[in-house]
Order: sequence, then structure tokens, then C-alpha cells
Amino acid sequence: MSESAAAFQIELTVNGHRRAIEVAVHHTLLDVLRDDLGLTGAKECCLVGECGACTVILDGRTVDSCLVLAVEADGSEITTVEGLADERGLGPLQQAFLDKGAVQCGFCIPGQLLSAHALLADNPHPSLPEIQEGLAGNLCRCGCYRQITDAVLATAERAER
Amino acid sequence: MSATRIGASPNRVGGIDRVTGRNEYAADIRLPGVLEARLVALDCARARIISIDASEALRVPGVRLVMTAADLPQPVPRFGPQFEDRPVIAVGETKYHGEPVAIVAAETKDAAEAAAGLVHVEYEELPAVFTLAAALDSAAPLVQEPALRPNDRLASTNVLREHRIGWGDVDAALADVVVENRYTFPMVTHFAIEPHAFMAAPDGDGIAVWSTIQHPNWLQKVIAKVLGLPLSKVRVFAPDPGGGFGGKQHAKLEPLVAFAALRTGRPVRLVLSLEESFQAARRASCEVRVRTGVNRDGALVFEDIAADYLIGAYADIADRVVGKGSYPAAGPYNVPSVRILARSVLSHTVPSTAFRGFGNPQVNWAVESNLDEAARAIGMDRLAIRLRNLAKKGDAFIPFDTPADGDWRQAVERAAELIAWDTPLPPGHGRGLAVGIKSGPTTGLSYSTVRLLGDGSVIVLAGTSDMGQGARTVFAQIAAQELGAPLDWVTVVMGDTAIVPYDQQTSASRSTVLMGNSVLQACRSIQGQLAAMAARLHGLDEAQVIVDQGVVHLPDRDLSVLDVLTRGLGRLGGELTGNGEVRKEADPSHPLSGAAAFFEFNCTAVEAEVDEETGDIVIVKHVTVSDVGKALNPLQVTMQDEGAAIQGLGHTLMEHYIYDEKGRIRNLGAIDYRIPTSMDLPLELLSEAVENEDGPGPYGSKGMSEGALLCVASAVGAAVRDATGVAIRDLPLTPERVWRALRDRPMP
Repeated sequence: MSESAAAFQIELTVNGHRRAIEVAVHHTLLDVLRDDLGLTGAKECCLVGECGACTVILDGRTVDSCLVLAVEADGSEITTVEGLADERGLGPLQQAFLDKGAVQCGFCIPGQLLSAHALLADNPHPSLPEIQEGLAGNLCRCGCYRQITDAVLATAERAER
Repeated sequence: MSATRIGASPNRVGGIDRVTGRNEYAADIRLPGVLEARLVALDCARARIISIDASEALRVPGVRLVMTAADLPQPVPRFGPQFEDRPVIAVGETKYHGEPVAIVAAETKDAAEAAAGLVHVEYEELPAVFTLAAALDSAAPLVQEPALRPNDRLASTNVLREHRIGWGDVDAALADVVVENRYTFPMVTHFAIEPHAFMAAPDGDGIAVWSTIQHPNWLQKVIAKVLGLPLSKVRVFAPDPGGGFGGKQHAKLEPLVAFAALRTGRPVRLVLSLEESFQAARRASCEVRVRTGVNRDGALVFEDIAADYLIGAYADIADRVVGKGSYPAAGPYNVPSVRILARSVLSHTVPSTAFRGFGNPQVNWAVESNLDEAARAIGMDRLAIRLRNLAKKGDAFIPFDTPADGDWRQAVERAAELIAWDTPLPPGHGRGLAVGIKSGPTTGLSYSTVRLLGDGSVIVLAGTSDMGQGARTVFAQIAAQELGAPLDWVTVVMGDTAIVPYDQQTSASRSTVLMGNSVLQACRSIQGQLAAMAARLHGLDEAQVIVDQGVVHLPDRDLSVLDVLTRGLGRLGGELTGNGEVRKEADPSHPLSGAAAFFEFNCTAVEAEVDEETGDIVIVKHVTVSDVGKALNPLQVTMQDEGAAIQGLGHTLMEHYIYDEKGRIRNLGAIDYRIPTSMDLPLELLSEAVENEDGPGPYGSKGMSEGALLCVASAVGAAVRDATGVAIRDLPLTPERVWRALRDRPMP
């Protein structure tokens, strides 16, 4: 591909903000988030949908943004890690990740948080095996898995039944 | 406030940036006008480069540079922490699959990608060696040009170096029983979730380099040397790495990117793919032959260990890994006679380098597994034989090194207790227990500067890299403890060689001990200045004032640091500055150039269930107990310990490179190379620390980030042996390998 690759106009709602952007037809949602919108919270690692570092929420479902073409995302609502905190402060999962020590190097954490966020939206009171399965697509080489699942459990416990 | 101090577990410093996506990793930084770079590599390992035609690539719109060895100063500069053998880019011949022959820089990633595919390289594939057997064959092609090792009798072989350690007389030693076996350990890779990333930009009359590097000061020296610049004109920015594990210790492609930046006069950045990161760093595979001599009463008589490590095409730090990793191979035991021969063997594969455990897990797998076999041979309990021979605190278990520096029996007994060693097990279950010992840093140099600002807040300048181990938090805790500041009033600045004083490196679990002591020393210097201030203000002798843990004690009352500081600094304000310098000089007479600053000791005990139908191993319970001296931040200690244990399960159960006949990694990337996920965890994982405050670090701490990885394979392998009666001596213990071993099991 060269600079002259065909460009398409798409519209995304990212973390509640509508963004109209011109994207190359072969660029992924991850490319657009990181390179065009400057949202570098979504991380680039395997680019084959195996590591989960680029996980974002697209219309309520987690996707590996490295596997979604930007043009496919036209018209969708996207939540990235940058959208999990608001002016009042950290979201409950973010706070739980901090409190439980679920963060070491931190590189996988945006993806872990978004997978956990989507999991709790679907299933507000998951069991431990359900959490482990729900986050199985998010690799953590520091090996904070136990602290991550603890953080998700703690967040679920605090949520109203 | 005490909840933020030493021995407490405050939230990680830098944690908020990490859960909000604001933390800037190297690949998140993009200078204005930056060019995107891509590498050009060949489809085989070793080849003679006949010609490189860049004309078509240069016609791609937006391409600004295609650079090969021919465009660099001649002879092409070489670098490396042990041997200066790695060229900036392949010169004349490639030596491993993935070694770049050209770099392309363009206005966009797309243009760089397109152009990289249009660089036409004519090459002739050459015979190459990818295994120990092939590399050690007397007719094998040489990996390294002999001219790089003048006056070295081994230069005409693929053995880079031999390391011999020993004491007593193995040949004369008489043992009741001798057990001899051969073990293998696979090539594995770090798989930090953050791939390596580099950027360089002309910076006035010098250069600035950004890298995922663990050792920014080493990188600064390498760049200065290859570019012929003074150190002061090379500024290295090292943002906190997204996982290092040793794979990011030493310079790799930074010199190439630096030349590209100087040639274009523009910032250039190169973000590796995960596949390219696999081709940038790995752990050495290893074949170990062990003869263990033991008497019927369980006393170890001798260990005779020969370990061949298959390192890659360039030495990187791999030979040091071999020498230092194999050095404590006989374990934390009092063994009267020991002979260790370790060889680093070059091959046409990815250069191996440091990886958590630093060459030790390979020999631990062999020697600890063989100790189990020795126990079985004399009918002794596998825990008992370890306790029988374990060095007591103060024992010179390695005669010319630091004596045993912990009450290691406590860790072993605690692990045995937690795994319920002597209790019955259900059918199909087995238990294993192993110990690991690793030499800490043998040399070191860590400077730091601490600034107590006019309002009582603190800036710590420390050149450690915080790659997840939590060094920022620990240094902030030390400063908070000593200077009485709240933790969130402490800023720790790292990763900028123009501002932060020199630190040798972030490796060998050294930073809490060496840099921690340096920061402590800097804080104590400030405390001395505060004492002088208080004495002056109150008309006392300095000896009458004691500053301790943020309080200024006068004979008749206590004052806060801030009170003394404010009055002492006076109307102009200002600040107090303290410097720390911790030095562990090299000892040329020592086989490792220095005795261990401390030992990392760990005992791991495992209960495993083996599915005889599928060969699948379930870790029912995994216990790790490490002797940490003092946990300055207990939560971070647990996380490092558990993280090391889980990483160890990777090479134990699933990870290995598979090479094809052309020397290409067949399972390159995340689809085919699997690491532990949340579904692969032990059903129960217990991490405990022994804290006797007997380490050389601040408040009695020791380094501890690698211990829990050292003997995972040995403990799991022993549990599988216990469950099935079959000893498997090759890793990883994949279901297929276990299933085959069970199928071939001799009938009783």
C-alpha cells in the first residue's frame, strides 16, 4: 500500500465524542485509534488477535481492534481505556485494579480493563471461572492474573445485586 | 501515613497512569516529523548477501531512506556488552533468521512497509547450524569470524567460551550410589507484551535515543562509541518498559535507528512486531549431563555437571548468562566435591540473552531433578535429602563465595508444610519440591540524587528502569520513610541520562538493594544537613540532634522535618540535596569477578494431577516461598513472586521455539507460541516470604524477583514423576510429550 491508498470517510463515537475521520481502507481500528486519534491506551502487540492488548469495546462487545478494519467500525460506538475514568475520578474497575495490585508493567492493563468492563456489563456477578474464561484472551506476562481476577471479583461484589 | 511507608503496600507509584492509558511507553511517543522505519530481512538464517537493489523501494512515494551496511562507516561498527561482535546491520552475511540487511524509513508506516517489500536482495543461502550437535560437529561452519577472537584457541570452533568451576576432587570421590542422567531445556522467549521499540532524533550537535531498554546508561555508551560522540552528546530516554524480563537489557537495533536519524536529519522510529521481538531476544536452550554421587545416609558426595548452552549468532550477554547461571549449579547444598563445565555454543539462531533466572533455570532443572533420582535410588524421602544437605546460614557452600546468607531451612520447611508433604494423595496426583539458588549482582554502581524541596516534597533521581517490578514505588517509600514526606509528595525521575545520574543496570534483582541503598544514603545525607540546620537554629551541638524517619529529635522536643527545613532555608527558600553512591567493585580473582551481593533462595512445592488419557497436567497447588530478607512492599513482593512462578510454568508446560531446516522459527508469534493465560493457572497458588531482615539492602532486604522461577520445572517434573512413575527429562512437559512418555512406560 502506498500513500495514495483510497481513503474513506467514517464516523465513530469514541468515549462519547463523535469523530469524523478519513481512513485508509486497509487501516485497522487500532491504527486509527492510535495514529489518527492519538488514543494510545490501546496497545499494539501481536496484531493477530491473540494477546488482547488492543481490546476495545465496540457497540457493547469487546473486539481486538487490530482485527477490525476501521471502515467496518463506521457508525459504531467505541469505548477505550481513556473512557473509563471521568471527571469524578477513576472507574470502579480501575480503582480495584490499583487497590488489588493488578498492575505491574501495565502494558496489558487497558485491554484487561475493557474485557473486565464488558464481562461485568454482561454478567454483573461472575464466578471466578467465569472471570478467568472472560479474560483468557488477555495475556499478562508479568503474571498478575490472580490480582486481576481479585479486582474483578471485588468490583462485582461492590456492585448492587 | 504509615500505610505508605516501609513494610506497607501503598498503591503503585505510576499506577494511575497505567489504569487510565496515560502511561507513555516508548511506542506511544511520536515526535513531530518522525519517519517510520521497517526492517528488511531474508527468508533463511545464514546467507551471503550478493547485492541489494533499493531503486524500486526508493520510488515509493514518501520513502526517505533505504540504508544498508554499505551506507555506514567502514568497517561497520560492532557492539556488544561482552564481545563487540554484533554489527549495526548485517555485513556480507546474515547469521540468523530475522537479522536485518536493510532499514527503510518513510513518511508513513504504509510507505515504509511497501518499500521494505520492494528492496530486492540477491543472496546465496549458506550451510548453517541450529542445534548443539550440529554446532559442535568438527566439520561445522563457524558462526563467528575467528578474527573477532584473536589468540583464542576456541576461535576455530563454535564454542565461544568454557566456564569451569569446582572444588574437592570429583574423580577421587567415592559414593555409595551414582546417578547419571541427561536433561534438556528449550529455547524460549521473553514475550513481553510490549514489543521492542526505538526512536532516534538529531539533537543539536548530538543525538537523542528513545528505547524500551532496561539499561539506559549502557545504551548511552554504545551509541556514543558507534557514533564517535562524547557521552554528553548522547541523551537516552528510557520510558518505563512494558515488561523486560532481561530481553531488553542490552542494545539491539538502537545504533541502526540512530544512524538512520543522522542520515535523514529527521527523527526515525522503529516499532518491532511481536514476531521481530521473538527474533531479537530469547533464552538459551541447554543440554545438561549430571552425575550425582550420594551415600546411603543421604549425604551428597559429589556433583559432576556438564552444561552446553546453545546461544545465538552474536554473543550479546549470553556467555555471561552461561558462566553466571551455571556457577551455583550444585545448588544450596554442602557438597564436598563439585565439577561444573559450562560451554556457550554459538549457532545461527536468534541471539540469546538475559532472561529472568539468568541461565540458572536450565541447570536447576537438571540438578534438582537428578537429586530426586538420587533420593529414590537410596530409598530416601525427597524432602529429607534436601534438608540433610542444605547449607546452614554462614556455611561456605561455594567455597570462594559469599557464605549462605539466609536460614534457608525455614523456606523449605514452610513450603513442605503448605503442600502437606507427608499426607496421602488421590490417585493420579503427585508432589514435587525443589529449591533454587541464584547469585545476586557481583558488581554494581548506582548513583542517586534526592532533593528535599522547600515545601517538604521530594524528588528522587534514580536510573533504575521500572519495568513492572515496582522500583519507583520502593524508592518513593524509602524517601517517604526517611524524610517524612507523604508518599504522593515524592516524585521519582528515571529514564533520562541527561538528568538522572549514572546507574550501571537494572538486572539481577539488584535495584532494591543497590539503588535502594543509594537512595537511602542520599536521604541520610539530607538528614545530616537537617541536623546541622537544627543545631544552628537552636544553638545546639550537631551531635545532640538526631534525624530519624522524618522527625528531628532535639534533646527537649521533636520537630518536623518541614519546620526545620523552612526555618533553616530562610527567606530565599531553596532545597537540600543529597547524593548516594553504592559501589560493588569487581574482584578480578573471583571466577565471576565478584562474590554475590546476596543469594536469591526459593523453595517451590507443587501438587499436580496428570490425565493419563491426554497427558494434560493440572497444577492443583503451587507453593512458592522465597527468602526476601524484608518485604519493603509486601504486595509487590507477592506479585513478583507469583509472576515469576507463572512465567516458570510457561517453559515448564508449554513454551518452546520450533526451528525448521532453514533456521526459521516455525511457531513465530502469538498464535503458535503459547504463554500462560488466566486459564493455565494453578488451581491454588500460594506465595509466602521469609523475612529475617538479614539482607544487605535497605532495612535488611534482599533482591527477590527471580527466585520463584528458578525451580518451577524441577518441582513440576518431580510431581509428574511422582504421579506417574515416569521421569521426563525434556521440557516443556506438553500433553503430547507426557502422553508419549506414559504410552512408552515400561510395564512393571
